[in-house]
Amino acid sequence: MLTESSTRSAGAGRAGDAESAAHTGRLPATARGVLASWWACPAVRLGLLATVVVALVSLYFFTDVPGSLAFALKIRSITVLAMLVVATAVGVSTVLFHTITANRILTPSIMGFDAFYALIATAMVFFLGSAGFLTFDALTLWAAQLVVMVAFSVFLFTWMFAGKRRSIHLMLLVGIVLGTFFRSFTEWMQRMLDPLDFQVVTDAMFASLARPDETLLLLTGILVLLGCAAVVPLLHTLDVLSLGEPVAVGLGVNHRRVVMMLFAIIAVMIAASTAMVGPILFFGLIVANLAYSCVGSFRHRWTLPAAVGLGMVCLVGGQLLLERVFGFGGALAMIIEFAGGLFFLSLVLRKGAR
Amino acid sequence: MATPLVESTPTQARPSRTWVGVLISAGLVVLMVTSLFIGVSDVTPASLLSADDGGRAGFLLVVSRIPRTVAVVLVGASLGIAGLIMQMMVRNRFVEPSTTGVTEFATLGMLGTIILTPGMPVMGKAAVAAAFGLFGTWLFLQVVKAIPVRQLVLVPLVGIMLGGVVGAITSFIAYRLDLLQSLGQWSQGSFASIMAERYEYLWLAAVMVVIAWVAADRFSVIGMGEDFATNLGLNYRRVMAIGMIVIAVITACVLVTAGIVPFLGLVVPNVVSLIIGDNVRRAIPWVAGLGAVFIVACDILARVLRFPYEIPLSVIVGVIGAAVFLWLLLRRRSRAH
Repeated sequence: MLTESSTRSAGAGRAGDAESAAHTGRLPATARGVLASWWACPAVRLGLLATVVVALVSLYFFTDVPGSLAFALKIRSITVLAMLVVATAVGVSTVLFHTITANRILTPSIMGFDAFYALIATAMVFFLGSAGFLTFDALTLWAAQLVVMVAFSVFLFTWMFAGKRRSIHLMLLVGIVLGTFFRSFTEWMQRMLDPLDFQVVTDAMFASLARPDETLLLLTGILVLLGCAAVVPLLHTLDVLSLGEPVAVGLGVNHRRVVMMLFAIIAVMIAASTAMVGPILFFGLIVANLAYSCVGSFRHRWTLPAAVGLGMVCLVGGQLLLERVFGFGGALAMIIEFAGGLFFLSLVLRKGAR
Repeated sequence: MATPLVESTPTQARPSRTWVGVLISAGLVVLMVTSLFIGVSDVTPASLLSADDGGRAGFLLVVSRIPRTVAVVLVGASLGIAGLIMQMMVRNRFVEPSTTGVTEFATLGMLGTIILTPGMPVMGKAAVAAAFGLFGTWLFLQVVKAIPVRQLVLVPLVGIMLGGVVGAITSFIAYRLDLLQSLGQWSQGSFASIMAERYEYLWLAAVMVVIAWVAADRFSVIGMGEDFATNLGLNYRRVMAIGMIVIAVITACVLVTAGIVPFLGLVVPNVVSLIIGDNVRRAIPWVAGLGAVFIVACDILARVLRFPYEIPLSVIVGVIGAAVFLWLLLRRRSRAH
């Protein structure tokens, strides 16, 4: 449970000291004290994070320009925009998911969005052949994937929450089992593909941030923005939700309705970004957990933007490193996934499954 | 062949256990015999007895059909037992090797041997896979300690997450080295390539089943926790280690010979517990028998649905297993909080 230990640490941390200093009227005497109380303020930390992001993005924009700057900017801004969209979708949805499930080591991807993505991609290649799949209109494909994934989530929520009260964990497990069910068919189809077609499917199965289609980027961006706009009025409700379901209900939160709404937001965001760049499974774990410790507060008005900012730091910083230092820019998404997986293992071993 | 049941005199509400046991045994025999005579080549009781084809049918039977049938039975029985032991040790009805990351760890070990030492004999590959599986079991048990006991459904959830991470690492490595398709080929559960000399490791899994039978009730005691078990005079660590080894070795042997078979270890023990209750020692032969019946039936289905082609067994088991798993999950809603 993220509530007990975390709120205690947030309360007993430097933020607490600063508050108590403010309450008793004793101003911090030294410059160091001023700095410390400044440092304890989440807004300051968030500002610093934003500065880092801006610095990284400008580095990426203005260094190592081979030819015309205008042309480089045009290409690079599309890449950065795609990163921003993915970072927002993944960061926001993971933090929301943690709040709903009261657990910091799960990600929305566990619901089997990737299973559907794989099923659709494999079925297309299977029935149309790889040539047909590659020439297929990207927009139609994106729309089809989005509709299928969101429909599945909505079906799952309404089925699990209809009528009797059911636990959220149970619903997730049902989602996973259904995912396995579909994965069986996917594997079977993949076994019957010839090596060339199989290559096409697997290339589609690994997330890639290489220049996405601009129309798709625009549409995905709009959906993710809408999702964020829907979260803004819920910020306080989210803070209450993270106290745990019984407390939240006692404080007058319509638990079922809010959770349904949040799940819908998560589903749209994850489905849209998955349909654009491919399945991203564990990236959100790093971002969300770093956001909690980096902001030093559990209020969603701080953690949500921090998660997005950290996502940008990972993506833009990672791309800078890979492209300019190691000289291969194509594998960013995979390396981040890999790091996310290792991060998960270390998290589980250090803190246990909370 | 259906055994005629007792005529409609009103009996007790639950079917008599002896009858169910007889049904399972009879079903197993019938299915095994059926399994011997299904395939592309013409092997029938008549062709076995006639001497026209120069003993070709008999040769096929010995080299391919009998090994396959025996392998299927051994896999079903031992996977069911592995699931049962794991459920006892964690005190949770919803775990088994493939929902806790054990299978994924074993697969990672297997992939490692294929990359680093391609010429390694199968025994060595199985040993490495078992070692990885053992680590996976240990890791999962560490994780479970941190989950409050009452959160029944969270345990498999975290286990599946663990498996997902390890599986992603495995497929990432395979993707970079262009081994993804071959990984898919040998890790997807299927008995299509089983011949004589290719399945003997499964007898090791059978040995594990016997060990599990001997030590059955100790596993349910250590499920109660270290203090409880020690108070009853058990060597907690030793029993825990035995249990982990049994699970890892069974997982590795099945992986090396047949591939990944999902959900079987979860579904079968649960169904058995519905029939005869929770006495582990008595449940073991039941779980082994029902596991064998289930998987032989699935294997026959896999061979006849698209005759003369085969559907991978794991597709059939995955679909049926998922349906039963869902039913188990949603049946006892009140207890799954």
